Amino acid sequence: MTDIQHAGALGRPVTADRPPGLLHNLFVRNLSAKVAATPMVVIVLVVFIGCTLWSLWFSFTDSRSLPNGAFVGWEQYERLFSARRWRISATNLLTYGIFSLVFTMVVGFLLAVLMDQKIRFESGFRTIFLYPFALSGIVTGLVWQWIMNPTLGLQSTMRGLGWTNFTFDWITNTDMVLYALLIAGTWHGTGFVMVLMLAGLRGVDEEIWKAARVDGIPTWRTYLQIVLPMMRGVIVTTLVIVGSGLVRTYDLVVALTNGGPGLSSEVPAKYVINYMFNAGNLGQALAASSVMLAAVFVILIPWIVVEFGPKKAR
Amino acid sequence: MQSSVSIKDLSLNFGAVQVLKGLDLEVGQGEFIVLLGPSGCGKSTLLNCIAGLLEVSGGQIFIGGKNVTWSEPKDRGIGMVFQSYALYPQMSVERNLSFGLRVAGMPRDEIERRVARAAEILQIQPLLQRKPANLSGGQRQRVAIGRALVRDVDVFLFDEPLSNLDAKLRSDLRVEIKRLHQRLKNTMIYVTHDQIEALTLADRIAIMRGGEIQQLADPHTIYNKPVNLYVAGFIGSPSMNFLQGTLNGATQPMFVAEDGTQVPVSTYAFEAAPQGSSKAVLGVRPEHIVLGDVARTMPFSTEVEIEIVEPMGSDTLAWTRIAGQPVTFRADSDVLLHVGQKVLVGFDPARGSIFDAQSTNRL
Amino acid sequence: MASIAATIEPFGPRPRPFFTPTRIIIYGIIIVAALYYMLPLYVMITTSLKGLPEIRVGNIFAPPLEVTFEPWVKAWTSACTGLTCNGLAPGFWNSVKITLPSTIVSVFVAAVSGYALVNWRFKGSEFFFTCLLLGSFIPYQVMLYPMVMITAQLKIFGTLWAVILVHTVFGMPILTLLFRNYFASLPQELFKAARVDGAGFWRIFFQIMAPMSLPIFAVAIILQVTGIWNDFLFGVVFAGTQNYPMTVQLNNIVNSAQGVREYNVNMAATILTAAVPLIVYFVSGKWFVRGIAAGAVKG
Repeated sequence: MTDIQHAGALGRPVTADRPPGLLHNLFVRNLSAKVAATPMVVIVLVVFIGCTLWSLWFSFTDSRSLPNGAFVGWEQYERLFSARRWRISATNLLTYGIFSLVFTMVVGFLLAVLMDQKIRFESGFRTIFLYPFALSGIVTGLVWQWIMNPTLGLQSTMRGLGWTNFTFDWITNTDMVLYALLIAGTWHGTGFVMVLMLAGLRGVDEEIWKAARVDGIPTWRTYLQIVLPMMRGVIVTTLVIVGSGLVRTYDLVVALTNGGPGLSSEVPAKYVINYMFNAGNLGQALAASSVMLAAVFVILIPWIVVEFGPKKAR
Repeated sequence: MQSSVSIKDLSLNFGAVQVLKGLDLEVGQGEFIVLLGPSGCGKSTLLNCIAGLLEVSGGQIFIGGKNVTWSEPKDRGIGMVFQSYALYPQMSVERNLSFGLRVAGMPRDEIERRVARAAEILQIQPLLQRKPANLSGGQRQRVAIGRALVRDVDVFLFDEPLSNLDAKLRSDLRVEIKRLHQRLKNTMIYVTHDQIEALTLADRIAIMRGGEIQQLADPHTIYNKPVNLYVAGFIGSPSMNFLQGTLNGATQPMFVAEDGTQVPVSTYAFEAAPQGSSKAVLGVRPEHIVLGDVARTMPFSTEVEIEIVEPMGSDTLAWTRIAGQPVTFRADSDVLLHVGQKVLVGFDPARGSIFDAQSTNRL
Repeated sequence: MASIAATIEPFGPRPRPFFTPTRIIIYGIIIVAALYYMLPLYVMITTSLKGLPEIRVGNIFAPPLEVTFEPWVKAWTSACTGLTCNGLAPGFWNSVKITLPSTIVSVFVAAVSGYALVNWRFKGSEFFFTCLLLGSFIPYQVMLYPMVMITAQLKIFGTLWAVILVHTVFGMPILTLLFRNYFASLPQELFKAARVDGAGFWRIFFQIMAPMSLPIFAVAIILQVTGIWNDFLFGVVFAGTQNYPMTVQLNNIVNSAQGVREYNVNMAATILTAAVPLIVYFVSGKWFVRGIAAGAVKG
């Protein structure tokens, strides 16, 4: 609050005797600042607002390879939800997303708690847990594709070691391929959650821990009943970032399975790209992308509630 | 007096750094002890050691006659109040008070009884269902005290409990803590860097510096008979005036300032009669320097010129020089002083302090 | 233990066994987890150093019996990326040509925007900033086609310029947030003093703010270099076949190979592609962590 007032005071020319006119206000005052902020304003108006509205609009047309189709109402959406490929993509994303979210959050938090126990070589371990996050989805997908390769990867290694019945063919198994995706995806993302959680844990007032010790509260109960509720903000932020990232899942699938076997690991982002650039069905692609957008906004709601909702415990 | 908390040869090292150096401290039953010192003097560290939140490197701690050196904080019979309140933010006041007792598996009616009693003593009954975020700073600190209260322990530890509050609230809560002590009559150990808090609250003050206790005494002694230059300079605002010079021991001991000004100090109660001649520092508190006709009756008086005047409301602070060395003195606010004015000032060395310049100890 | 404690008067630090069961469990879990996380890197490296016959034996965890660097040479110079067989080298240089200018442009634009947001607020600046933050959550697929049309209108579609533009645009939210938070944490008095001294917008930025902000520039550059290097989608859509970045070429080598699959070459190519972000990550370590933590937690 004070910040805004202070900036306003600075922005107003002190020497002006009469109030500056509207034109003056619009263009001359802080001209350099406005020039500097132009890219941001243009990006927001043209890309984030303009392009999104454009896509929403053309998702209601029957455009094929060029955006010139006629308005057809909800037809593209009806077609979308009756398409087998989309239904598989959406279900896959839902399954993968929920598992992935729960798994990365829980494992990430547990790792953060373990790292918080004043262990030796903490930064070394943190480096190890986080390095996958520095890799691209393509690299992650290809490495795990190789490890999970049924003929030469983990399966054959274990069989070679004597477990002749060992089976690990998830990557080629229609029913299990999503869990193969889950292994690669969580390997990639858990370190990120751990780092955020660790930052959250370290942000907890040290005196809270002291008070809990004087009160005789066991460490695990302190984490569960005192520290975890205090980290609500960090947890919601992490959930939103991880969740909205999951909706975009693309590179990893392209590299790991390319949607296969069959359609069994297709995801919405791939559906959009496919219809947009390969199948030449723009209206359908944009309808699918609009549904993705809606999904992201559903994920955003808890964050908006925390950030802009009634200010309570802080 | 029976000893409530007893610390024997306590030391603490962080790596090669000695934070506490062989401390001894006996705290009587029901006594209010204040640990006072600048930041980094080890006062909070000492308190954390007593609480069991820091493991000691050497020595022993007894609480209520029991050796608790290896005990967990919860088993030491202490309650603690923190500077940041350290309330559990997601729990109501009532749960904040009762959480430790619940975890310990205490019967429910006993918990209710204790919470009700603490709430009554601290007058926080209307707040019991609120969350800490909806409380003011002063209310939060009361709840924090309440959390120590429900533990029904003999020893309360306070770690700078008022430092996060504004000046007005601080003085209100100060009085309340004093009242609480008078009512509960349990042992309290209180850490602060605020000398007013120390002087007003303490039965005895321990002034700490560099991990050692410099002086442990009641506030009056600390203020009037500081054991060394450090304590003398640390306590009192504005601080004590120091005149550098030489002390000539004889039947009529004489302090000779650096410019030759002679101050007869035969009225001063020396710890041991001074012998020969040695470098010394004469300390006089600003309020012990008197003005005008009264000054003439003092063992030492001189005419000085006033350099700066600071009206403080209740009194006026004047800056001048005695024997060429800067000196401040306090005058009644009705006495109008102005810069350049020549006035007669004087003092009785009996109310001052003389320190050895070498050892800085009181003579 | 208990009997000893009872007979000896407690003195000094509490005696503790060097390994308590809890500590053993904690370290056990952490070490097992660390091994799991290291595994793919290990497999990548060992596979890339093996010959194909050794790979066909089928033990991916075995260290190479005969170390060969041939797969690396092949991956770099002659592996087939679709129709051409020039290895990853062209992709590497494309990625360099994309990453360098994109990083510089996006970091500069975001730094100036963050600075303007903190110190030179204008009407609506907070509104635009909120939109920017919300915009970062919009799936790229939504804005992809219109962006294609915009770049086509600007006659840069299928060139490096298009990729640079797209990276600048989509890097804006996180970077602006990063700089805004950092500039807001600097003492305001400094800025006021400079204004009283008569310094203008750009002078304050270049001579006072930027020199004080080297740490956050480092964080932003690390974020962008790794992020842009790892990008696949924008590269494949906007760059044009001549300019495909390394990730796209890598995927082509591995996933569209004809005939015999050369897993050792694939893994060598994968390491080569991962090398730049990995080196940046291992060298910068703490700064990388700071970047993702600052971008997320304070947002």
